[in-house]
Amino acid sequence: MKWSEFFTSSIGKKFVMGLTGIFLVLFLIVHVSINACIFADLPIFNAEDNGRMFNVAAHFMGSTVLIRILEYGLFIGILLHIVQGYALTVKNRAARGVGYAVNLGNRGSKWYSRSMGLLGTLILLFLILHLGHFWTKARFTDQLSPVTYNGVEMHDMFTRMKDVFASPLVVLVYILGCISLAYHLAHGFQSAFRTVGVHNKKYNILLTSLGYGFSIIVPLVFALMPIAMHFGWVA
Amino acid sequence: MSSNNMNLTLKVWKQKNSQDTGRFETYQVKNVSEEMSFLEMFDILNEELIREGKDPIAFDHDCREGICGTCSMYIDGKPHGPWQANTTCQLHMRAYKDGDTITVEPWRANAFPVIKDLMVDRSSFDRIIQSGGYISVNTGNAVDANALPVEKDKADAAFAAAACIGCGACVAACKNSSAMLFLSAKVSHLALLPQGGPERKTRVLNMVAQMDKEGFGSCTNTGACEAVCPKEISLSNISRLNGEYIAAGLVSEK
Repeated sequence: MKWSEFFTSSIGKKFVMGLTGIFLVLFLIVHVSINACIFADLPIFNAEDNGRMFNVAAHFMGSTVLIRILEYGLFIGILLHIVQGYALTVKNRAARGVGYAVNLGNRGSKWYSRSMGLLGTLILLFLILHLGHFWTKARFTDQLSPVTYNGVEMHDMFTRMKDVFASPLVVLVYILGCISLAYHLAHGFQSAFRTVGVHNKKYNILLTSLGYGFSIIVPLVFALMPIAMHFGWVA
Repeated sequence: MSSNNMNLTLKVWKQKNSQDTGRFETYQVKNVSEEMSFLEMFDILNEELIREGKDPIAFDHDCREGICGTCSMYIDGKPHGPWQANTTCQLHMRAYKDGDTITVEPWRANAFPVIKDLMVDRSSFDRIIQSGGYISVNTGNAVDANALPVEKDKADAAFAAAACIGCGACVAACKNSSAMLFLSAKVSHLALLPQGGPERKTRVLNMVAQMDKEGFGSCTNTGACEAVCPKEISLSNISRLNGEYIAAGLVSEK
């Protein structure tokens, strides 16, 4: 079997979706961990950090060669996941020319497992807004105010977050983005492992539970970031 | 038992042939016994239609004991009707009450074109089986049962997969019209047994290639297939099929 035959088969395409999905799950762990550094400023820690921990972590991510190379990998992964996802959604929808008058609906499956294309689209729209708010500003413009720690000048991403999340509308959109992500992960996490061939019962049970936990905790921590910034919990 | 008889309204898909666009027709069925099977109710309706000189409703049926996989009605949005782990022929009218309206549609998938009314062409499944759903052995005397040891758990799992009757309810229920539950049952049942070993890789590659050629969609693991399967084929077979295909595809010689 040629490479092209493998990757254009229905299972080969899903294999790409599953692998990139798992890769993006790993990225989410890194992203949520780095960003959680803003919570060092919560009053309970009494740290008076003023966003230093987060700024230094963000600077590390932006200035380390290995991570900059991984960044290309990340964008390739995201693009593959998006393009392949849409291609599969279109093809799968086209496999039934005439629909039903009465649908099976939630009797056979969860609504979010049937709405991965829609949820993915919502995440994509959120992602465009999100990259515009932070990544493109830091990478391609000089609009972010600098801050210096131990003689090293870096972007003050912490202040940027405060500025962006001053708007309640932006906070609301971010929360909706996190909800979309939560439901996308609630199905995607365990489905990705099934797609790459994990069929052992004990692993499937473990991964399903892990998936639900991940899909609640990670988007919740993400959602708490704009909320905490907006209400000055970490000011 | 006449006290339990009921009058029902049926909304049934009528389509002359594969070219016809088709439409729903409404029928009144009177005096239906709760002890009738769903198909017997259709028999009675058809006899009445024939007496009236009208075109009877075409539907697939054969064994009428839940083992052949021929009956195929999509009843009120669910393949094989409201009961769990059940075929249409084994659905009985006690599932309904007087005055109910029942909508009956054919399986919907491009790979299952409608032949007439509720009958669809499922020869795509036959072609998938022909592409590898068998083992190649020269016939001869049956070997002793103890000549080829099989682990009990694997024998049970293979048997559970082999219970698939190829009715196509999985395709009908799937939002992607995917045939993966059917195919995974066929691949699993042979991959789990020593007799299936020699052709294990070519089998899965050829059968998936044929499935794709027939125009079925991809699997997104929603689980709708498993929920409606009359033989309760497990979704974990699909994961096994994925593993079999990926392993075979990535390590094949050419």
